[in-house]
Amino acid sequence: MSDNWVEVCAEDDIDEEDVIRFDHAGRTFAVYRSPDAAFFATDGLCTHEKIHLADGLVMDDIIECPKHNGRFSYKTGEAMGAPVCVNLKTYPVKVEDGSVFISI
Amino acid sequence: MTTQASNRDYSLLGESGRTAVETGLAAAEWYHTDVPRKDMKALMQRSDTPAIRDTAIWLGSMLALAAVGTYFWGSWICIPFFLAYGVLYGSASDSRWHECGHGTAFKTRWMNDAVYQIACFMIMRNPVTWRWSHTRHHTDTVIVGRDPEIAVMRPPDLLRLVLNFFGLLDAYHAMIDMVRNAAGIISAEEKTFVPESEQPRAIRIARIWLVIYIATIASALALGSWLPLVLIGLPRLYGAWHHVMTGLLQHGGLADNVIDHRLNSRTVYMNPISRFIYWNMNYHVEHHMFPMVPYHALPQLHAMIKHDLPTPNPSIWSGFLEMVPAFLRQVRNEDYFLKRELPPTARPYREEFHAELAPTAQ
Repeated sequence: MSDNWVEVCAEDDIDEEDVIRFDHAGRTFAVYRSPDAAFFATDGLCTHEKIHLADGLVMDDIIECPKHNGRFSYKTGEAMGAPVCVNLKTYPVKVEDGSVFISI
Repeated sequence: MTTQASNRDYSLLGESGRTAVETGLAAAEWYHTDVPRKDMKALMQRSDTPAIRDTAIWLGSMLALAAVGTYFWGSWICIPFFLAYGVLYGSASDSRWHECGHGTAFKTRWMNDAVYQIACFMIMRNPVTWRWSHTRHHTDTVIVGRDPEIAVMRPPDLLRLVLNFFGLLDAYHAMIDMVRNAAGIISAEEKTFVPESEQPRAIRIARIWLVIYIATIASALALGSWLPLVLIGLPRLYGAWHHVMTGLLQHGGLADNVIDHRLNSRTVYMNPISRFIYWNMNYHVEHHMFPMVPYHALPQLHAMIKHDLPTPNPSIWSGFLEMVPAFLRQVRNEDYFLKRELPPTARPYREEFHAELAPTAQ
C-alpha cells in the first residue's frame, strides 16, 4: 500500500451521501462521503465505459454511473451488476485537521 | 416504398461501425446542458412511491380488463376491453421495460428487476440481450453501425413501418430470436454487445419463455379457443400501436452520426394518458442527456433545461406532421434529415463536430 497521501479537499466540500471528482497527476478519482459521514475513494471512471462517476448518484453505499446506471459499492469497489462487470479500484482515505486525504 | 442501396451499413459487424470507431463517433463524449450538481442530485433521487402507484394501476387495470373481456368472450362486447388490455400489455410494457432496465423506476432494486422481467416478457425482449443493446443505444445513439436500436433505417422501409404498428415484424423477429437463444445460440451481432458472462442467462430466460408460449398454445388447442393467446402473446401485436406511435417520434427523421442529443432526439408534449402509457419518455432529449433522472422527474428536468433545447413538438400529431414528410424525403434522399432549431438562449451546436451532416431541405 502506498504512503503517498494526497490532499483532496476540506471535509465539508463533500456533502453526505455525495461524491466529488478529484484529478491528480493525470489520473481521476471519485471521493465519497457516506450517509454516516465516512469517506471513501475509488477510481473516477466507470469500468464499463469510462464515464466520470462523480456525475452519478450516491445511494447509501452505492455509486450509480450516470450514463448506463451501472452500480458499484464505493466502499469495496465491487461491481453490483450489468452493465458493470469489472470492480473499481479503491484507495485508502483519511481525514486530518478537517481535510480529506487519499493514498495513491 | 422501394428500398434502394444505401450508403449506410447498419450491421453491427459492418463498415459504418468500423468507421464510427475510427473517427471517434463511437463511445464519444456527448453534449449536455449544464445543471448545478445540487439540482441534479435532487432530480436523480429515487423513490418507490410513483412507480408502485403506476404499476398497481397498470397491472390492476390489465387484470380487470382481462377479467371483463374474458367474461364477455364470444360476444362483440369483449372487443373494447381487449383493445385496452392490449395497449397496456403491448405498449405500456415497452416503457416499463425501458425504465426498469435503467434501474430508475423504483428505488428498491428487486422491484425494478421484477417489473423489468414482466415487461420484457410482454414486449418480447430478452431481458439480458436487450439490456445490453439498450446500453449500446445510449452510448452510441443513432450512430450507424453501432446502435442496434435504430427504429427507422435509411432509406426508410415504409411497408415495414406500417407492419410494425401491428407488431408483426417485431414479434416475428422476437420469436426467431427466442427460439435461437433457447437453442443455446447467441448470434454474431448479439455477441458484439452481450458479454460472454451474460450469455447463459439470456439462453436460460429464452427457454423459460418458450415453455410459457408452448403451454399457452397448448391451452388454446385444448380449449379450442383463441382466448389464451389473446391474453398472452397476441397483445404484443394488437396492442403495439401506441408504443410504435410514440417510439417513432424519439429519433424519427432526425440526424444520425452526431454527438448532440438535441440534434438526434425529439421531445414531444403529450396528453396524460399517453404519458402514463409511455412513462414520460416523450421527454426524450432530456432522457438521453441525463439517463439517471427517473421518469417521474423528467418534467422538472425539462423545465430546468428547456432554454437550451429545441422547442418541443406541441403534440403527437405535430410530431408526425414533420416526421412523415421527412421519411418520404429520405426514401429519395437518404441523407436528408430535420435539423432541430435552437432557441436564442441555447448553447449552439458544435458544427465542427458534425461536419458530415447533410444540408437540410427546404
